[in-house]
Amino acid sequence: MDEINALFHGFSIALTPFNLMLMVIGIVLGVLIGVLPGLGGANGIAILLPLTFSMPPTSAVIMLSCIYWGALFGGAMTSILFNIPGEPWSVATTFDGYPMAQQGRAGEALTTAFTSSFIGAFFAVVMITFLAPLVAKFALKFGPPEFFSVFFLTFCSFIGMGKEPAFKILAAMMLGFALAAVGIDTVTGQLRLTFGWHEMMRGFDFLIAVIGLFGIGEILLSMEEGLSFSGRDARINTRIVVETWKKLPRFWVTSLRSCLIGCWMGITPGGATPASFMAYGVAKRMSPDGAKFGTGQAEGVVAPETAAHAAGTAALLPMLSLGIPGSPTAAVLLGGLLIWGLQPGPLLFVEQKDFVWGLIASMYLGNIVGLIIVLTCVPLFAAILRIPFSIIAPVIIVICAIGAYTVNNAMLDIWMMLIFGVLGYAFKKLAYPLAPLVLALVLGDQAEDAFRQSMLISQGSLGVFFSNGLVGSIMGLGLLLLVWPLFGKLKARLKAAG
Amino acid sequence: MKIQRLFSGAVVALFAAIMAAPVAAWEPSKPVEFIIPAGTGGGADQMARLIQGIVAKHNLMKQPLIPVNKSGGAGAEGFLEVKAAKGDPHKIIITLSNLFTTPMATGVPFNWKDMTPVSMLALDNFVLWVNAEDPYKTAKEFLDAVKKAPPNTFKMGGTGAKQEDQILTVAIEKAAGVKFTYIPFKGGGAVATQLVGKHVNATVNNPIEAVANWRAGKLRALCVFDDERMPYKTRVTDTQSWFDIPTCREAGVSTEYVMLRGIFMPAGVPPEAVNFYVDLFNKVRATPEWKKFMEDGAFNQTFLTGKAYADWVSKAEVLHRDLMKEAGFLAKP
Repeated sequence: MDEINALFHGFSIALTPFNLMLMVIGIVLGVLIGVLPGLGGANGIAILLPLTFSMPPTSAVIMLSCIYWGALFGGAMTSILFNIPGEPWSVATTFDGYPMAQQGRAGEALTTAFTSSFIGAFFAVVMITFLAPLVAKFALKFGPPEFFSVFFLTFCSFIGMGKEPAFKILAAMMLGFALAAVGIDTVTGQLRLTFGWHEMMRGFDFLIAVIGLFGIGEILLSMEEGLSFSGRDARINTRIVVETWKKLPRFWVTSLRSCLIGCWMGITPGGATPASFMAYGVAKRMSPDGAKFGTGQAEGVVAPETAAHAAGTAALLPMLSLGIPGSPTAAVLLGGLLIWGLQPGPLLFVEQKDFVWGLIASMYLGNIVGLIIVLTCVPLFAAILRIPFSIIAPVIIVICAIGAYTVNNAMLDIWMMLIFGVLGYAFKKLAYPLAPLVLALVLGDQAEDAFRQSMLISQGSLGVFFSNGLVGSIMGLGLLLLVWPLFGKLKARLKAAG
Repeated sequence: MKIQRLFSGAVVALFAAIMAAPVAAWEPSKPVEFIIPAGTGGGADQMARLIQGIVAKHNLMKQPLIPVNKSGGAGAEGFLEVKAAKGDPHKIIITLSNLFTTPMATGVPFNWKDMTPVSMLALDNFVLWVNAEDPYKTAKEFLDAVKKAPPNTFKMGGTGAKQEDQILTVAIEKAAGVKFTYIPFKGGGAVATQLVGKHVNATVNNPIEAVANWRAGKLRALCVFDDERMPYKTRVTDTQSWFDIPTCREAGVSTEYVMLRGIFMPAGVPPEAVNFYVDLFNKVRATPEWKKFMEDGAFNQTFLTGKAYADWVSKAEVLHRDLMKEAGFLAKP
């Protein structure tokens, strides 16, 4: 067991008082960064990266990866408490997390989310420890057709998933695709749908849309409902963590499934966002309580959080061993590695053993430290909801506006955020789902790029999506998920007729 | 090039002399915004963040230097902001080839003449790479194989569309009389991985984008698109150094292309402010961190300031216009 030896060597590197201190600082900073929408993990790390140049590389990466963990934990908080997902992969967490908070179960929802993220990340780290060389090669199999098939699978698994009619889901998704098409087109290098207006070149950023659609839209709704904020009966209960933990083992199947989905999506660089949506969708199908998803089921928080963190962690593997960043944050970390004089790539595991195993060990420790820090704060976070709505709403709007501005340092984005807010309100009033729009906005342009690259490769033949076992089976699974709800309906109709 | 280098040496010496004299020099009075007209994690971004780190670590400036990514519209967003900030000495921008290609391909109204050239930091090389498992040992063997196959059989992966990688691909096609299918990806790292995974047949990655896979024996370097070999003789792989890669001209393809990594400021800034930044980047270039970065990425360390730099840029603009015109990439007015 070379890996075990190497890992313990790693612990000996990571476990110095200096590094432990950096871990704590990193987690606390990360939580703060995650809570403020617009800052996000990638930006936070980019801002702090230069500060670490004078540290030894191992300490530097420990601190930065702890900021990353902290930001992931923090992102779940705003999703649950205010229905504002700070990162794309937290969107699925709002589906059940926010209803839970509204029912006064914010503490339970937060504990569930934090614990699930920890389990997901831990599972992925164990996988990295033992299977690194084996799984790293798998990522190389992914060319444009394979990427497209993963996005296709994500979209398909979504359509049959919502409570809303499939038509409404499709309509929302199409609007998302249209928004994603604005800006520069990767394949032709031309500006699209900007109508000659330079401010539009940037396209629509996910965060602006999400802050508006979810955050501002929610506030507009609450205002209509007479300024009531239903989370206020959240009691401060210091034993909430233990009580929630007693309930969690029931969801072990969902948890394990989400871990596997997450790891798979993290390594095949599909990423955390598809992973979280897919895990939620699959859990909804497979769980006996599936019909109740969306009304505040703890299982609906377990599934996306576990998968997102497993994917987020597993994404570091292709970065270290192949030099492909699996997420924006990983991309910034990758830049950091180069600056510290380390070359990510197939030789990193051979030449920089101390660094790699120090980092892996710090993933274990960072997650444990992170879990302890955020769990001790759960009652405190949950208490935020006790503040009267008339006070907290303006504060949220100001934070949202700052967040929207920070993304691109552009005033236009604040107006966009408000427009998206009105759109979000209209969507909710008309019972259109928001999540498909967001999903299409986040993954739309990547899916389009992958599709058009595939078409270039195959000279226009759709056969490329079934040209080998890997891409063929992912596409097949996607098509199956797409028509699955029809089977259900057909069965029901046959039963009614017969 | 030699004369330019000599000249730049003279300029450097001159500035050093000026700076040494006890003149009340201009200094930033508030944090300086360092615009990156590209996304996080790319070549320009890495360089800008390294500079920020060096400036902070060696205390080269009293005010902080704050990198901001403005990548919208293939970088047009960042350039338009500098154009609009006329007379603001607290804004600098790092450029890549999109300084020329973006306005030409999209028609967005800006030009390098809307800005003040500060200094050239380095030139980034382009290398022709193939998968190490493929049988081609030289650029000639590879291009002969491309020529023999039906057109569009061979796929060239590159970063972005109508930008440096595609321009260079078209230039190779013209020079060698071949035809590739060009497949655009979002970043240089992804391009290298696609080649390792054999989803494309060749790339023209910058050295730093492909070096990790080269060292691991996954990629083979066929030739470098510069007029002389890269000067770094330290062994990078088991058998080769950057210097061992022949130029494409030696290999029979007379195409030369390098990418500008340079600094600009808004127009209408006081000359003392320009001098301050010229001096700042001289100090940055003298640090060991910068030297190591240059060697790791096998950069061409040509350094120019003032008029020599402006002349170089204006020549490069003409070159890009010609290449893009030939390729049919110019925006329709």
